[in-house]
Amino acid sequence: MNEIESARDKWKKDVSKVKERAYRFESVSGEPVEVLYTPEDIENLNYLQDLGFPGRYPYTRGVYPNMYRGRLWTMRQFSGFGTPEDTNKRYKYLLKHGQTGLSVAFDFPTLYGRDSDDPFSLGEVGRCGVAVDSLRDMEILFDGIPLHSISTSMTINPPAAMLLAMYIAVGEKQGVPSKVLTGTIQNDMLKEYQAQKTWIYPPKPSMRIITDILSYCSDYVPKWNTISISGYHIREAGATALQELAFTLANGFTYVDYGIKAGIPVDRFAPRLSFFFNSHLDFFEEVAKYRAARRIWAREMRNKYEAKDSRSWLMRFHTQTAGCTLTAQQPENNIVRVALQALAAVLGGTQSLHTNSMDETYALPTEKAVKVALRTQQLLAYETGVANTIDPLGGSYYVEALTNKLERQAYQYFEKIESLGGVIHAIEIGFFQREIAEAAYRYQREVEKKGKIVVGVNEFVEEELPKIELLRIQPEVERHQIERLNQVRKERNNQRVTETLSELRNAARDGDNLMPRILDAVRAYATLGEMCDVLREEFGEYEEPLIF
Amino acid sequence: MPSKIRVLVAKPGLNGHDRGAKVVAAALRDAGMEVIYTGLHQTPEQIVEAAIQEDVDIIGVSILSGAHMTVFPKILKLLKDKGASHIIVSGGGIIPRDDMGKLEKLGVKKLFGPGAPTSDIVEWARRIVKE
Repeated sequence: MNEIESARDKWKKDVSKVKERAYRFESVSGEPVEVLYTPEDIENLNYLQDLGFPGRYPYTRGVYPNMYRGRLWTMRQFSGFGTPEDTNKRYKYLLKHGQTGLSVAFDFPTLYGRDSDDPFSLGEVGRCGVAVDSLRDMEILFDGIPLHSISTSMTINPPAAMLLAMYIAVGEKQGVPSKVLTGTIQNDMLKEYQAQKTWIYPPKPSMRIITDILSYCSDYVPKWNTISISGYHIREAGATALQELAFTLANGFTYVDYGIKAGIPVDRFAPRLSFFFNSHLDFFEEVAKYRAARRIWAREMRNKYEAKDSRSWLMRFHTQTAGCTLTAQQPENNIVRVALQALAAVLGGTQSLHTNSMDETYALPTEKAVKVALRTQQLLAYETGVANTIDPLGGSYYVEALTNKLERQAYQYFEKIESLGGVIHAIEIGFFQREIAEAAYRYQREVEKKGKIVVGVNEFVEEELPKIELLRIQPEVERHQIERLNQVRKERNNQRVTETLSELRNAARDGDNLMPRILDAVRAYATLGEMCDVLREEFGEYEEPLIF
Repeated sequence: MPSKIRVLVAKPGLNGHDRGAKVVAAALRDAGMEVIYTGLHQTPEQIVEAAIQEDVDIIGVSILSGAHMTVFPKILKLLKDKGASHIIVSGGGIIPRDDMGKLEKLGVKKLFGPGAPTSDIVEWARRIVKE
């Protein structure tokens, strides 16, 4: 080390003699970055303790022994729009072009547990995702798609239990037992209160629904990922990489706390918790974030929560490239942004990946734009050689130093959150909401002062308007959806619906697990709105603290 | 001294993406305007009600869900019905350019797309209120 020190001092003199560009050298999150990293920056790194081997504790380098040499990441494009028929067609298109998993985007009424004919749904049906009102819609959505041979991720939060029950019921109709179903429900309410803001009930009943799902799935749907603990939306709402890391993990630990408190042994549910991260523009910061996340999760699950099953320690995660970095200006540039973000996710060891499409600042993507996004992943997987070896950035002085730093800073946030009385209380007093809003505003001011350059937006600007083809959702979608809803209401056994809904109400009051009651109501073709209304009446609705 | 410009920043519909709304609200506030933020999930009726009650000069509607062709015309109509057409309606979000043109023809004063600098919005608000 002495030799390095003296060489370093000489180099520092060289550096002091040359001028730097007029530029603030910091990450996209505003963290200062040194001109060079050397062995001195990772002096205390202990290979076996801090990095180890892939597929082994602490999983810093990856969760599986041979990573992508065994199996590539799942290429999973989030997709849904219009009627279930429209989306079913898009799924078949994506599967035909080599996509390897499905990911359902629901429209806003579905996300909020409202039927298509609810006054709140006016103008929103089928706009931002597919409309699902009852089991009938779900049957159409997965028509011709065998559930035993595909894994399906569903981005659904307050009504996650209902949509999972519908998926189970479609499986029953296809002759696929729930024990073999594979997929994910997002079911992460904490980040909804913090960032994404799709809620129905207040935090406490929401946590009860979640632990009911954890408990039910550990018995009946054992291969299902029960919560996708999501940093994605926290980041999109404006958080820094560090905030994304720290808040997401804090949420994860809160679910573990609640699961244990609900009496479920940790190793019964923790192996089915998965994560969902953003991949933003600052390449190395993102790679370090994924590595730090794996190490923190493994350590806390083993040491603090005393999980014995190694599957409870390893953090599996999905990644989506950062929607908030797409620009309306010169939209083709987005293809390049997405490719670089996708590369960071792959080098960070993601288990599945969604690549955004170039046109998404204007509308939901066209088929052509989605295909380019999917091809970007295929190109990374098959042409670039990045999947040949595991964690190729491991050992980089910079990446290791950054991994350590993010980890250290995340623990500072954990302490802060703890001092505020834990995640739920911190939500109630608006802590996360304020942190995120402030970071978003800081970033925007930086861009406007040109402290941060965004190509095509505040530098290299072109006057001409981009000519770009857009996907249009037809206004008939709403009418079709309401017609089918009325037909379902007419054809079903309404007495049976009333019975199952009142059993659901009783379970909500008595504290029995809600899942079996929801499943009965789903089988009777109770609508999503009807089921959620019962729980609205029992649990009340959440009101946010107003902060900007 | 002229009175402060009053702006209602509104989030209609079921869409919870409030990053843009909050950034714009903070920028207008820092530019010395009086900003009222409605919070999420507001119906056009609630928005118009709040605008009249708070006696605002401008309503800024943030919408990213694709429901803009339903929401903006409804707000304009309600303002007219209540004799409050003097309140300026503007907004921003994920709105295709063709639709922006159509909405501006219907009476929405100005729509800002993704990436619009907040300084442009501040400047526009000052100018339009003076007019």
